Formats: sequence, C-alpha cells, structure tokens
Amino acid sequence: MDISNELIDKLADLAKLEFNGEEKEHIKNDLSRILTFIDKLNEIDTNGVEPLIFMSDAVNVLREDEVKQTITKEEALQNAPKKDSDYFRVPKFLDK
Amino acid sequence: MNIDYHLYEAVIGLEVHAQMLTKSKAFCADATEYGALPNTQVGPVSLGHPGTLPVHNKEAVKYAVKLGLACQCDIAAHNYYARKNYFYADLPKGYQISQHTTPICENGFIGIKLKDGTEKRIGLIRIHMEEDTGKSMHDQDVYDTLIDYNRAGTALVEMVSHPDIRTGEEAYQYLTEVRKLLRYLDICDGNMEEGSMRCDANVSVRLKGAEAFGTKVEVKNMNSIRNVQRAIDYEIKRQIEAISKGEKIYQETRTFDAMKGETLVMRTKEGASDYRYFPEPDLPPLHITPEFIDVVKEQMPALPKELFHKFTAVYGLSEYDAGVLTENKDVAAYFETVLKHTGNIKAAANWVMVQVKGYLNEQALEIKDFVLQPAKIAEIIDLIDSGKISSTVASKEVFPAMIHEHHKSALEIAEALNVLQESNSDELQKIVDEAIARFPDKVAEYKSGKTSLVGLFMGEVMKLSKGKADPKVASKLVKETLDNK
Repeated sequence: MDISNELIDKLADLAKLEFNGEEKEHIKNDLSRILTFIDKLNEIDTNGVEPLIFMSDAVNVLREDEVKQTITKEEALQNAPKKDSDYFRVPKFLDK
Repeated sequence: MNIDYHLYEAVIGLEVHAQMLTKSKAFCADATEYGALPNTQVGPVSLGHPGTLPVHNKEAVKYAVKLGLACQCDIAAHNYYARKNYFYADLPKGYQISQHTTPICENGFIGIKLKDGTEKRIGLIRIHMEEDTGKSMHDQDVYDTLIDYNRAGTALVEMVSHPDIRTGEEAYQYLTEVRKLLRYLDICDGNMEEGSMRCDANVSVRLKGAEAFGTKVEVKNMNSIRNVQRAIDYEIKRQIEAISKGEKIYQETRTFDAMKGETLVMRTKEGASDYRYFPEPDLPPLHITPEFIDVVKEQMPALPKELFHKFTAVYGLSEYDAGVLTENKDVAAYFETVLKHTGNIKAAANWVMVQVKGYLNEQALEIKDFVLQPAKIAEIIDLIDSGKISSTVASKEVFPAMIHEHHKSALEIAEALNVLQESNSDELQKIVDEAIARFPDKVAEYKSGKTSLVGLFMGEVMKLSKGKADPKVASKLVKETLDNK
C-alpha cells in the first residue's frame, strides 16, 4: 500500500511525534509493510461476523461506590518531569 | 440597514455535562469531593499510569439509568465503552473513556413551559456516560500551565438534545428543568458556577420555512443558565445580521464574555476532529437487565411534574403556588411535612413560600439548614387559626423569635412575647365597656346613625388591650354593646 507524505504528517501530528527526512522514509516503509500485512487479513470474508471486542466472557464487572485513596499527592507528583509542591507543570497551551 | 429579524428562526441544540454525585470516580476509587487540595484525589488509574485497569462504579450506572427513566428514555440493554483519543494535558491517558457507540439512554424528552404558558417538548437524542478531565490553570504562572487531576475520571453524563430549541428563553427553561431534575434525583448538584453542570450551545439560524440548517456555531463557557440565554440571544442576533449583510457564517467555537455580553471566536474548526474512536477493551461490557431497571425504579423519588400535579389536584393549590413549592425538592418535602401537622393547606403554602423562603433567601440558606422544624410552622398557623395571635404578629414577632429559640413551642414564644390575643369574651367585654364609657358623645352620634364610629371604639379597645384583643371578637362585642345601649 502506498503511504503519502501527507498521511505520515497527519499521523505524526495526531501522535505528537516528529520525523525528519530520513526517519520519514523509514517510517513510510514500516507502515507500508504493516498495512500490507493487515491487508492480508482483509482477504477473509467477515460479512455477518460480529467484531470481537472482548477476549473474556466477563460482563458487568462493577464496584461499589466507595472511596479508597491509594496514593498521596507526593507520590502522584513523583514521576512528573516538571512539578511544584502541588501541581503538575506543563508547557503553556491554550484551547483544545 | 434595516433588518427584519422575524424573517429568521434559530435552531439550537444543547449539550449538558453533569457531574455525578458519586463518592468515588467513574473507574477508580479516588474521592470526588469539591474543593480538595490539588492532586490529593488522584490515583494510578486517574493519572493514566501504564498497566492500570479501570473498574466501573455501579452507582454511576444507576444514576444514568435514573436520569434516563425520568426523561422517558429507552435504556440500552447492551453497553460498551469507547476510547476518544486526543492529546491534551488535562487528559493523562491520552483518551477519554466515553459511551460513544452505545449511549445508555436514547430518545426521551424534557417538557418545558414558557412565560406565555406555551408548553413544548425538547427531544433528547441521547444520554451517555463518560469521565471528566483534569483542570488546567493557564494564568497562575508566567511560563507553565498548572494541572490539577482531582477532577480527572469523575463520572459524567452528557445529555444531547435534538435541535428543537428556537429561542434563548426556551434554552433557559430547558436548562432550568434539567437542573431541577438532576437535583430531584440527587445525582448532580447542578451548580453551573462551580462547573458541576456545564452547557455548550449549538446555534444556527435560517429563514423561516427553510428545510436546511444554517452553519452551526458552538458557544461555550457560560457559567449560569441566565448567561446561556444571553449568549444564545446575542449569537442569534449576530448571525442574522451577518447573513443579512451577505456575510458567511463560519463553523467555529465561540466563547461567551459575560461582562460584555458578547460571543468571541475561540477557535475555528477546519475539518472534523479525528478522535479515532475504538472500543475500550479494558472495561467488560455492561448489560442492563430489566431487574436492574426495576430496582432503580423503586428508588426513584417523586419527580417535580408529579408533585406539581399532586399539589394542584390534591391540595388545590394554584399553579403558581405549586410551581414555587416544587422548584426545589427539599422545599416541597418541607411543605408536605407541615401539612402532616395542620389541615390549613393554603396557610401552610403561604407560610412556606413567604416567611420561610423569604428568611432563607435573606440569609442565603438552604432549607435543609433551616432550624425550624415543619411542625413549628404548623403550630404558628394553629395559633392564628384559633384566634390566639394575629397573622401580622405571627410573621413579624413570633416567627423571628422562634428562629432564635427553635426548641420552644409557638405558644410559649407568644406567651413570652406577651402577644396572645384576648379572645375571652368576659375579659374583652370589660375592656369594651371601658372604651365605650370614655366617649359618651360619640355613643350618641353612633346611635343617631353614624355607624362608622365603630372604628374609633375599636381603636380604643386595641389601645386598652395593648393590641392583644382579637379584632374579630372585639368588633363583634363593640357592635353588640353599642346596639344594646
């Protein structure tokens, strides 16, 4: 399958990744091979077959509405690359 | 330029997000209390740590079904969740768990009543369950955005209306009804200022009679129901004016500036967002059985509409009174408890609506924090009805005094204030005789036909009794005594 530069750019943007020239060619090749492999699966007729979403038969796995605080604020912030005593800190951004 | 606004009609659909009043979050056991210190109500699941698994809160499902039943929705038997993928710092997992494909409730409606008495049904497309995001603070620091994940993962429902709404007033009434319902059901506190209830409005305009919709604009950031109405009214006017001038309406998101009363462009929508939905494999499917629905049905409180009907049909109250008394579930319950202690329905309604609600408004209190038990209000009403105190004295003196000494009975308070009316005829007769004896010339005038002089004698009786004479009894005695002279 042919992968366009636009598609790579779009996927990179959605995944918040950056590829420079050589990397882009590389990822194009990889993606193309993956999609060719996936295309192989498309040869099977799946008309009328419900998609399998869950690997187990479990249904209604529910818990009671009870509070259980498992970690402290200090533990919560421990692995953050940037933080202060109360907050996670991230680069300034606006709007979704 | 002359613009005929009446040539156009607006088409409005509302999306309401309501935070569920569950004690813990939707998919993990973190607390959800409002106002906690930042990042103290978080855990590995809500922070999106690898290898963690969500487990669904049973109560949150119950709440969503409750709301669906109250809105006459169809409840979906088979539910699963989807991941809505987007990259944003307040969403640590990189996706929001949401019932994208199988909303738990579909169809249904909210009934509204407009100022002119028109009734209308606003259809619901769906009510689905999802989780809330964290909170970003952009203005606390010069360089960084600060994130508090306390809210991340809190159970939400989103109610999506059909584009059945035509005016800002309809939107106002719709949201008022939705909030009333959420509060009656005790599933959301409906506080738009604190953001536990949020509303986005999709607004477009078209020429009346046109089939096709105009380009829709999404308006956000309205922190009260009144502001939703203002934002919509502004947006309708803006769009009609733009179209009249031949300008194009862009599909965009606008924010409402409550100070200026205007909407401003927040971002433009170039093509649909790509959320790459796919089924959430970590949450097993949810099957809602008829038995589960029956259990929820049994726990349903009386809904505002049912109470309104009861108050008008059974208690014989006016629609206005019934409306005021059913606005709030706790006020309605208070009123009904007063009725357990007195048969005077009209007086009970008036006392709750005027004195009780007046006091609560003045003090900015909720009725659940009101010190006077409903039985005490019934005691006051009984004192008035038995002629022991006048209604003026009751509301001006007895009621305020009772609030200060709420363990005492109304009779004890009235005695202590020395305001019990003299309705004992023997006692009163003495006072009446004395009053009449003071004005022999006026008695003569009365006898010659000037019956309006009764007022003068009544005044004297009230003065002599220090205001404690029961006016009804006294006036009867005065007339009788004068006529027998």
